[in-house]
Amino acid sequence: MFSKGTKRKFSDGDEEISDESLVGARVASSYNLQRQSLLDMSLIKLQLCHMLVEPNLCRSVLIANTVRQIQEEMTHDGSWHMVTEAFCGPGQSPSERLVATEVLCRSREQDAEPKLFSVISYEGCREEEVVADETLCSVSVSDTVSNVCLAGRVGQCWEKSELSGVERDEEALEDSRLGSGEDEEIDTEDGASTESPKTTGQVFGTFEIKNGSPGPDSALEELFSDVDTSYYDLDTMLTGMQSAPKMGPYDLLDSLAPSHGSPSIVSTPTCRSDLNELDHIMEIIVGS
Amino acid sequence: MGEDSESPKINHSFLRDYVTEADVISTVEFNQTGDLLATGDKGGRVVIFQRETESKDESEELGESGEYNVYSTFQSHEPDFDYLKSLEIEEKINKIRWLPQQNAAHFLLSTNDKTIKLWKVSERDKRPEGYNLKDEEGRIKDISTVTSLRVPVLKPTDLMVEVRPRRIFANGHTYHVNSISVNSDGETYLSADDLRINMWHLDITDRSFNIVDIKPANMEDLTEVITAAEFHPQHCHLFVYSSSKGTLRLCDMRESALCDKHSKIFEEPEDPGNRSFFSEIISSVSDVKFSHSGRYLLTRDYLTVKVWDLNMEKGPVETYQVHEYLRSKLCSLYENDCIFDKFECVWNSTDSVIMTGAYNSFFRMFDRETGRGVTLESWRESSKPRAVLRTRRIYTGGRRRRGDVGVDSLDFTKKILHMAWHPAENIIAIAATNNLYIFQDRVNAENLKT
Repeated sequence: MFSKGTKRKFSDGDEEISDESLVGARVASSYNLQRQSLLDMSLIKLQLCHMLVEPNLCRSVLIANTVRQIQEEMTHDGSWHMVTEAFCGPGQSPSERLVATEVLCRSREQDAEPKLFSVISYEGCREEEVVADETLCSVSVSDTVSNVCLAGRVGQCWEKSELSGVERDEEALEDSRLGSGEDEEIDTEDGASTESPKTTGQVFGTFEIKNGSPGPDSALEELFSDVDTSYYDLDTMLTGMQSAPKMGPYDLLDSLAPSHGSPSIVSTPTCRSDLNELDHIMEIIVGS
Repeated sequence: MGEDSESPKINHSFLRDYVTEADVISTVEFNQTGDLLATGDKGGRVVIFQRETESKDESEELGESGEYNVYSTFQSHEPDFDYLKSLEIEEKINKIRWLPQQNAAHFLLSTNDKTIKLWKVSERDKRPEGYNLKDEEGRIKDISTVTSLRVPVLKPTDLMVEVRPRRIFANGHTYHVNSISVNSDGETYLSADDLRINMWHLDITDRSFNIVDIKPANMEDLTEVITAAEFHPQHCHLFVYSSSKGTLRLCDMRESALCDKHSKIFEEPEDPGNRSFFSEIISSVSDVKFSHSGRYLLTRDYLTVKVWDLNMEKGPVETYQVHEYLRSKLCSLYENDCIFDKFECVWNSTDSVIMTGAYNSFFRMFDRETGRGVTLESWRESSKPRAVLRTRRIYTGGRRRRGDVGVDSLDFTKKILHMAWHPAENIIAIAATNNLYIFQDRVNAENLKT
């Protein structure tokens, strides 16, 4: 059972990080990688079962609870801790990083579109690599930074969901979820160099929320608000089904295939305007 | 598809699997006397088996005790489509429950995800003959040919089993129905879906009482669903329901009309040593059954079966490990979705033995008095009719004996999810995908049925 063993390793890794030892960081990130893989898998499962004709509510609830549990743990100790060390530059002070973060977070607020689906797409690619190794534990740790980016992105999209408000247009959520799978190919063309400061911001964005909200639980509830609603609300699901009735679970995986060969640090999904999103929805409906 | 011009054989295996998908048995249930055994499958069909009555001459002999033969087959539910939500409604029979017999006919309730139906199963072995206005084939006679009048008489005929739908309880559930349970009062029954439990009167189809509703005001707050529900076997005001978080709630309908507030909640505190990301998933209760005595509850979660005493809420009185060797494989089982398999569990007639299914066509029996468990296999290749069921072992370390099965060679597609135990005798019915196995404990007699 991997979590039991790796938890102990993680605490060892903590001490080693403070000694600035790369080995410790690797061990800790191995646990993070496994946890992240589990998160990826869970999100894929949620997405797939959402697209099935008859989603099994019990299964969806259990998977969503698992995702929530992982995210809570990552918020509390895992991801932001790793990021602190990974991005710790000699000249940067913590306050500087945070200020930069605020600016970045604000710019994203303007985008109404949730990034959850894009995140899932990306993570789906990674998840396929993981699955090929048969067990999570045997996945090699490629790049600490890339893992962190992943964690950051997930946090960022939840953050976005929260900042954009709970009362979002759920149709937009559905459609963007189904439509932005095709964004992935375009997104990978963005330069990786421009993405590092953004990813920092994403991760700290998560951290920001945790401090700013009355309690981590309520923040997490809100973060999950848009994730869950669409899964359980049949009316919302109907809307989603109507927008893309032909797209089945395997279509989703096919659309991920081109991005499978992308470098481990994939660019942040660019924020698309509602108009582009509408174009994509129309494309799907028309079936082009 | 696997067609190779150089190879003489064409791979049709996928076709075979597709064809028999509808035959996968999804529920098994004995009636109150054990003479009838009903199975429901994914194609919406119900097959009823009847036990052959032993002839008086052989009652002294051992061995040839009543076999179960097909009594009737009928299509219970058809595939449906919900036009409002653009969703298909599966015709798979989720549960069958027999009503206590009150006259010559038998009644059973069968349900799919949305609709519960009451079926009347009756026999006809006589038919009227000698109508004046109709001929033998039923065609109307020409009046002018009728010269005399006669009284029709009942003549014996070949036995015919008629099955007719008597009630259709529709539109009661938004979510998927997972359980039905007939009340001991003989007039009402409950049906449970993921978020609600309704109580119906057997004669009234256009309305039902909602007795439990755990749907949150905000669906985003949903973290727990109902997984199974059952009425108490003797007390018509008590019922229990289990949840995906591993809790059992006993409700008393005398307390209030809406039983959202439980009378008792049975919950085992989590073992911190075994905590993992999968803890909640494997604690989800897949089946709950009252003992025949009404004193105990039997629950099944992913790795264990537990016996609870109704008088003790803080934890189970007995816990049996079904397949503890899977605990280290939870991640893979999560990946291939096996961790969400819902196994059933059953009591024997005297509440002294409990049984549940596992993987690789194995099922487990636990003797409550000794606390010992045994693994048995229901697989056609390895058993012949009338052969003794031999026990199997999973190899988990130590000295390996011949016949032990390694954990990695377990076939997770062969799962024993559904089973039933005869209410009075040691006869069990095990559903293994599209095969039904009936085992009898009568001096090493075994029955094989498909």
